[in-house]
Amino acid sequence: MNKTVRVTLAALLCVGAVACHKKQEVKQPVQPPVQQTVDNSGNNTNGKYQPSDLDTDACLRQRVVYFDFDKNEVKPEFQQIVACHAKYLQDRPSSAISLEGNTDERGTREYNLGLGERRGNAVSSALQAAGGSAGQLNVVSYGKEKPTCREHNDDCWSKNRRVEIVYTAK
Amino acid sequence: MNQPMRRTISRLAILVSLVAAFVAGPVAAQSLNVEIANGLKTATPIAVVPFAQQGGAPLPTDVADVIRADFNRSGKFRSLDKADIVEAPSKGADIKFATWRLLKQDYLTIGRIADAGGGMIRVEYELWDVNRQQSLLAQSFTAPSGDLRGVAHQIADQIYEKITGVRGAFWTRIAYVTAVGVSNNTTYSLIVADSDGFNPQVVARSRESLLSPAWSPDGSKLAYVSFESGNSAVYVQNIGTGSRSLIASHPKGINSAPAWSPDGSKLAVSLSYVGNPEIFIIDVASRTETRVTNNFAIDTEPTFTPDGQSLIFTSDRSGKPQLYQTSISGGNATRLTFQGGFNASPSLSFDGKQIAMVQGNGNVYRIAIMDRSLGNQVRFVSPGNVDDSPSFAPNASMLLYAASQGTRGVLYAVSADGLVRQRLVLSDGDVREPSWGPYRQR
Repeated sequence: MNKTVRVTLAALLCVGAVACHKKQEVKQPVQPPVQQTVDNSGNNTNGKYQPSDLDTDACLRQRVVYFDFDKNEVKPEFQQIVACHAKYLQDRPSSAISLEGNTDERGTREYNLGLGERRGNAVSSALQAAGGSAGQLNVVSYGKEKPTCREHNDDCWSKNRRVEIVYTAK
Repeated sequence: MNQPMRRTISRLAILVSLVAAFVAGPVAAQSLNVEIANGLKTATPIAVVPFAQQGGAPLPTDVADVIRADFNRSGKFRSLDKADIVEAPSKGADIKFATWRLLKQDYLTIGRIADAGGGMIRVEYELWDVNRQQSLLAQSFTAPSGDLRGVAHQIADQIYEKITGVRGAFWTRIAYVTAVGVSNNTTYSLIVADSDGFNPQVVARSRESLLSPAWSPDGSKLAYVSFESGNSAVYVQNIGTGSRSLIASHPKGINSAPAWSPDGSKLAVSLSYVGNPEIFIIDVASRTETRVTNNFAIDTEPTFTPDGQSLIFTSDRSGKPQLYQTSISGGNATRLTFQGGFNASPSLSFDGKQIAMVQGNGNVYRIAIMDRSLGNQVRFVSPGNVDDSPSFAPNASMLLYAASQGTRGVLYAVSADGLVRQRLVLSDGDVREPSWGPYRQR
């Protein structure tokens, strides 16, 4: 009985995994034509980002930076995201970003407000180092007040330790 | 059936009847649950006989039930189960002491309730020493019939003080925050209720997070943090009138962690507009800010010592969060905690001798109490794993704290020795950030 349930679960998980892969495979070929369209119609942009790129550009569409436990260093795999958002800030001096710092549930609410702010500040510094200006950046810490996941496990905690990049002006 | 077994069964019975009564009653949104964490060998046996009602309409509250629940929750008393109360004297002359000696009761409470006219009720009670056959207390209260629970808590307080020598804290209020709904559709409410969770009243509501409620020393106001503006800001709200004022709202950085000075004239807060969270003291009347800490670390969760001259706060200046003490005029801070990799959210007993805190070891966060009069010995009073926000009762006999059950927050009241734990549950949503209010004035 238990075995049957397990096998069924395993099968369901496999189907889920395959479905996910398929989705990614479908997505990737779609993106280049979109970028081409932008290139063709916007010859006068001189390689500068436009507000519409926030919805279409593969890099700009990524707005979350994740952190290791108890750490506030921006990991190398997020440097690319930082670079493209910094470029957007440079290309669009009237744009502004709010960096929302979040933590996992471990520890007290007030201390986590501090930790969330440290992470927000780390992303703010990285964006400034890559060309964004301080005046375009605001850090808000929510600590553990806005979890995206509510289970008590490592997987969930890793999803909650994050800074969200929110454009308050495009 | 042997004695302990019978006791366990009748305890179960009272638990079931309690739950049943609350589900059926007008406060259906609420239930209480007494959990005996360990033996109660040291608890004093006391019988509370149902109070005789002399005329008038049936009352909404069984006064004796409320007193019994208070005693059981305290960990100091073990009250005789209602089912085992075989006689119901309402006057001293009617007491057959042999019966209560046979039931192994040290103390006996009896009482009577009469209609005092104009919507008022008169409640008289007597406390007797069973072995000495001596009256210890005989008092009366006249109160609106809607305040019978308040009268019951005050009777429990007087009896508690008479027997233990410590002022009772049952007639007090608590504040906490509830979150109802999911993700973007969450409503946060700041609630004030009786110490046993009854009579919940909404003080403030927000679509954004509310946290860190702190009672003014006179119990008239709550300071708290709201994210309603998009960023954290500290407010003070009068509970009676609802009027509210903004105390700290720097657009840049955190404005959080309010704590009242013992005289109620100042609030210690954590502000990060200076670059990182630092402790400041704000004069409530003039809003003048005075900076206390100056350090690159996170300094937060300040609390005044009872003399008002020092602050105990959380800082990670040594790498991990630990508790420190500093003068309100600033200067060097002394580290207080050395056991455990994480110590935060201090709550002080009224005499400053005990510091309750959240202590984390690995992924387990529990409520610990450090006794400064016992060479800083630390004892745990909660089982974990994500326990938060300890708050001492004004007599330090009990604490409130937040815990988690599945993915939902719940509140516990625990005796300061950790032996008796009671859960307060709301029917829906998440409950967190408990804060125990001061003694009330009649």
